Amino acid sequence: MDKMPKWADVALIPFLNLLIAFVLSGLVILAIGENPIKALQMMISGALGSSYGWGYTLYYATNFIFTGLAVSIAFKAAMFNIGGEGQAMIGGLGVALVCLYIPFPHWSVALLVAMAGGAIFGAAWAIIPAYLQARRGSHVVITTIMFNFIAASVLNYMLVNVLRVKGSMDPASGRFPETTHLPTLHDILAPLGISFSRAAPVNVSLFIALIACVVVYLLLWRSRLGYEIRAFGLSPDASVYAGISPFKIIMIAMILSGGLSGMMSINNTMGEAERLVLNSVEGAGFIGIAVALMGRNHPFGVLLAALLFGFLYQGGSELSLWTKIPRELVIVIQALVILFTGALDNMVRGPVERIFINYAKRRAG
Amino acid sequence: MDFATIIQIADSALRLATPLLLACLAGLFSERAGIFDIGLEGKILASAFFSAAVAASTGSVWLGLIAGVASSLAFSGVHGVASITFQGNQLISGVALNFLASGITILIGTAWFSLGGRTPSLSGGQRFSPVDLPFADAVANVPVLGPIYSDLLSGHTILVYVALLMVPLSWFVLYRTRFGLRLRAVGENPAAVDTAGVSVIRLRYASMAIAGVLCGLAGVYLATGLAAGFVKEMSAGRGFIALAALIFARWRPWNALYATLLFGLLEAIANRYQNIDLGAFVLPVQFMQALPYILTVIILAGFGGTAVAPKAGGQPYVKER
Repeated sequence: MDKMPKWADVALIPFLNLLIAFVLSGLVILAIGENPIKALQMMISGALGSSYGWGYTLYYATNFIFTGLAVSIAFKAAMFNIGGEGQAMIGGLGVALVCLYIPFPHWSVALLVAMAGGAIFGAAWAIIPAYLQARRGSHVVITTIMFNFIAASVLNYMLVNVLRVKGSMDPASGRFPETTHLPTLHDILAPLGISFSRAAPVNVSLFIALIACVVVYLLLWRSRLGYEIRAFGLSPDASVYAGISPFKIIMIAMILSGGLSGMMSINNTMGEAERLVLNSVEGAGFIGIAVALMGRNHPFGVLLAALLFGFLYQGGSELSLWTKIPRELVIVIQALVILFTGALDNMVRGPVERIFINYAKRRAG
Repeated sequence: MDFATIIQIADSALRLATPLLLACLAGLFSERAGIFDIGLEGKILASAFFSAAVAASTGSVWLGLIAGVASSLAFSGVHGVASITFQGNQLISGVALNFLASGITILIGTAWFSLGGRTPSLSGGQRFSPVDLPFADAVANVPVLGPIYSDLLSGHTILVYVALLMVPLSWFVLYRTRFGLRLRAVGENPAAVDTAGVSVIRLRYASMAIAGVLCGLAGVYLATGLAAGFVKEMSAGRGFIALAALIFARWRPWNALYATLLFGLLEAIANRYQNIDLGAFVLPVQFMQALPYILTVIILAGFGGTAVAPKAGGQPYVKER
C-alpha cells in the first residue's frame, strides 16, 4: 500500500486541519485575556441553543452553501474564483431590480424570477473574467479580484444615484413589495404545528440551497458535462485530446459559479433585508472559499462546512454581544481554516500519510 | 484649475502613491522569484496596525516601524512556509493571510486599546514628521519651479523618500547584481537555477523577506505618515491596487513608479472632486474609484501590448519528480 485509505483523505485530514485552526483560534482568545472554553460554550448556546439561534445559523449557512458550491464548481474546473463576493453583489442587484420593478401575484413566482435574475446577473459578472481567461490567458484570480472592486463601485453607484429612495440619505433601495416577501421557516413550520422563532431570518431559500447541492452533485458526477469539467480540472492538456474544449469548460464552469454566487441574493436581499443595501453580502463570497476547501469541493462536504460556518457566524455575533471578543474572531478562524486546509494541507498530510504507510508495512512485514 | 491646485493634487498623489509603490515593489520581488503574492493587502494591514499600536504605546515611531516591519515579515514567513516548504497553493495562502490580518488586527486592537479596533490617535514623536529638503524655504518664491520643489517635493515624511529611492535600488538589485539575476531566473526557470547549484528555496525565501520588509514599510507609512493611527480595514484594497499596478508595470521597477503614481493621482482626483463634470456627461466618483481596476483588466486583456508574467509564477518548485 502506498496510499492512505480514502476515509483518512476525506475525513481525518480535514478534521485535523480544522482542529489546528481551532486550537490556534483558542490560543488567540487566550492571548487577548478571555477563556476559550467559555467562549465555545457561549457560541454553542448562542447558535444552537434556541430556535432563534438555529434560525440565524441556518440563514448564514444558506448563503455559504451557495457561495461554497460556486467556488467548488470553479475549483473542479481548475479555476480559483475569488470573485464570489462581487458576483453576489451584482446578483443582489439583479434580485432587487426584479423585485422592485416587476409586479408579482405571489411570492413563489417572484422567487423563481428572482432566482433567474440573481443568477443571470451573477453569471454575467463572471463571464468577462472567464472569457479573458479562456481567450486571452489573463489569470482568472486577478481579474475576479479586480471585478470584486468594480462590482462594489457599480453597486455603490446604483444605490446612491439610481435606486436610492428620494429624500433618504441611506444608500439603499426602497422596500420590496409585500408580494415578494419570502416565507420564513416560522411561516413554513407553523401549519405543521412546529413552533420556530419568528424573528430568525432563515427562509425558504434554505430549501433552494439544499436543492442546489443535489443539482450540483448530479451535474458534476452524473452528467457528461460534469465529467468534462472534472476531466478538464484534473488535466487540462489531456482533456483536450479527449475532445473537450477548454474554452467551453472555462466559460460554463465560471457561468455556473457566478450564477450560484448571484443566486445567494434570494436569501440575504430578498429573504432577509427585503431591500438592497450596500454591504448585503458581508463577505459571504469569501467564506465560500473556506467552505469549498473545507468541504473538499463536494456538495455534501460543502453543506457540512456551510453549517459549520453558519454556526461560527451566529456564535461569533452572540459572543461579541456578551464578551469583549469582537465578531472578527470568525474572520480569524476562517483565515486559519483556509490556511490549513488550503495552503498548508501538505503539512498535515505528509506525516499522516507516513503513519499509515508505516502501519501498513508493519502489518505486511 | 490654477497652478496651486495642480501642485496640491500632485502632492496628494505622491503621498497616496507611496504605500502603493512600496507594496508594488514588494510584489515585484516576490513575483519575479516565482511566488504569487495576493497577500500584500494583509501584510500592509498587519504592519499598519502593529506600527500604530507600538508607536501609540511606546511613544516612538521608530519602535513602531520595527514592529510593523516585523509583523509583515512574519506574514511573509508564513506565506513562504506554505508556498515554498510545503508547496501549497500560493493564491490560497495569500487569501488566508489577508483574512488573518483583517481579523487579527481588530481582535488584538480591541483587546489592547478598547477602542473598537482603532488605535489612539498618534501625535508628535509617535508619527513621522515632514522632512524639509534643503533650501526649500529659499526657493519657494521662484515661479513655477519654486512651488514644485518646496511644496510638491519637499515636506514629506522620510518614508516617501525611502520609497522613491527604492525604485533605482530595486532596479539595480534586480538587473545589476548576481543575486538579482538569480532571483529573476528563479521566477522563470527554477530547474535551471537549481542545476547551476543555486538554492531555489533560499532565493525564494530571500524574495519573501524583501517583500515582507517593503510591505511592512507601506503599512507603517499608511498608519504613521499618511494617517495618524490605525483604523479598521485601513489598507482599503491598496494591496490589490499595488498588485494591479504591478501588472500595469509589467513587473519592472521604473514602470512600477509610473503606474503607482498614476493610481495615486486617480485616488487624489477622486478624493478632491466628487463627480467630474465633463460637459457632455458627468463622471461619477465611483467610476474614478474603480478606474485602477478597470485599467488593469484592460491591460490584462492584452490591449496595449501583452503583460507577460514570470513563467514559473505560482508553481511550487519540486526538486525531483
